[in-house]
Amino acid sequence: MLEFITRLFGKEYKSKNIAKERLRLVLVHDRASISPQMLESLKLDLIKVISNYMEIDEENLDVSLDSSGNTVALVANIPVTGMKRTAG
Amino acid sequence: MGQVLVVTSGKGGVGKTTTTANIGTGLAAAGHKVALLDTDIGLRNLDVVLGLENRIVFDIVDVVNGNCRLRQALIRDKRFEGLHLLPAAQTKDKTAVNPDQMLGLIAELKKEFDYIIIDCPAGIEQGFRNAIAGAEKAIVVTTPEVSAVRDADRIIGLLEASDLREPKLIINRIRPKMVRQGDMMSIEDILDILAVDLLGIIPEDDMIVITTNRGEAVVLDQNSRSGQAYRNIVRRILGEEVPIINLDEEEEGFFKKLRRIIGLK
Repeated sequence: MLEFITRLFGKEYKSKNIAKERLRLVLVHDRASISPQMLESLKLDLIKVISNYMEIDEENLDVSLDSSGNTVALVANIPVTGMKRTAG
Repeated sequence: MGQVLVVTSGKGGVGKTTTTANIGTGLAAAGHKVALLDTDIGLRNLDVVLGLENRIVFDIVDVVNGNCRLRQALIRDKRFEGLHLLPAAQTKDKTAVNPDQMLGLIAELKKEFDYIIIDCPAGIEQGFRNAIAGAEKAIVVTTPEVSAVRDADRIIGLLEASDLREPKLIINRIRPKMVRQGDMMSIEDILDILAVDLLGIIPEDDMIVITTNRGEAVVLDQNSRSGQAYRNIVRRILGEEVPIINLDEEEEGFFKKLRRIIGLK
């Protein structure tokens, strides 16, 4: 893709833009490593918020960061055991 | 009580030691009492950059092991009475000192010096942990290259996780001509990516090689742009507001250089 853009814009596409683009991409992955403590507190916050709306199985809840290809995603698998009628 | 700064980068060879030497010399030239700490145990270099390699008797490992008193290991600079170096050991490795010992050492230095500047080794292992243990503020050095900026990003993350918040960035070895041509990332490009405050920029300059060859600090050279750049950084550390030098203006063209050489200036 980068090469294509480079060809398309000819001399206009400067090497520093390539550097910046590559850097952005590599940093998305580098920064995607989240500390276990942070992941744990994210989990607790999620439980708190979701519990306002539905009953969930906290034991089997799974939250992780998944980085593949050019994207990083927060993947949460939260088993729901029951719904609440009203929020709160 | 003195202020404790650590100079770090993650990647090697971006100019940590040169920056430590120049900031330290600049602060001492401004009349402050400065202690420079080389924590790169096994690969010490701050001594040669400062031209003090022939005066080493004791080192940082001797001090923490109690083989000598701190005073005996501190080497006084050739020019400035207020500037002292505590050299790293050359024959040991990074595990010869631990973060607790560093805290004790720094507490002692703080009583006597206005500024304690720690030269951190490359990497993120124990040498890095030792170097940041007693630091209150961090300076991150990078160059306009993908590898150096990437490592700087990682280091900034690790510093913040260790409660060294808001590190300040120095971008070293900028080549204004390449930036103008679009073949080198600009200051704005790098700040955009790293999202930290800029402490200063240093242009690529032959004078740094020349002064380092002699074991002198370029910050004392009144005629070079890199010397000016380091003096500006020192003033900013002292709390002054100094604008970032405009590298475009100062680049000397061929004809201007020729005129200067033949004395028409």
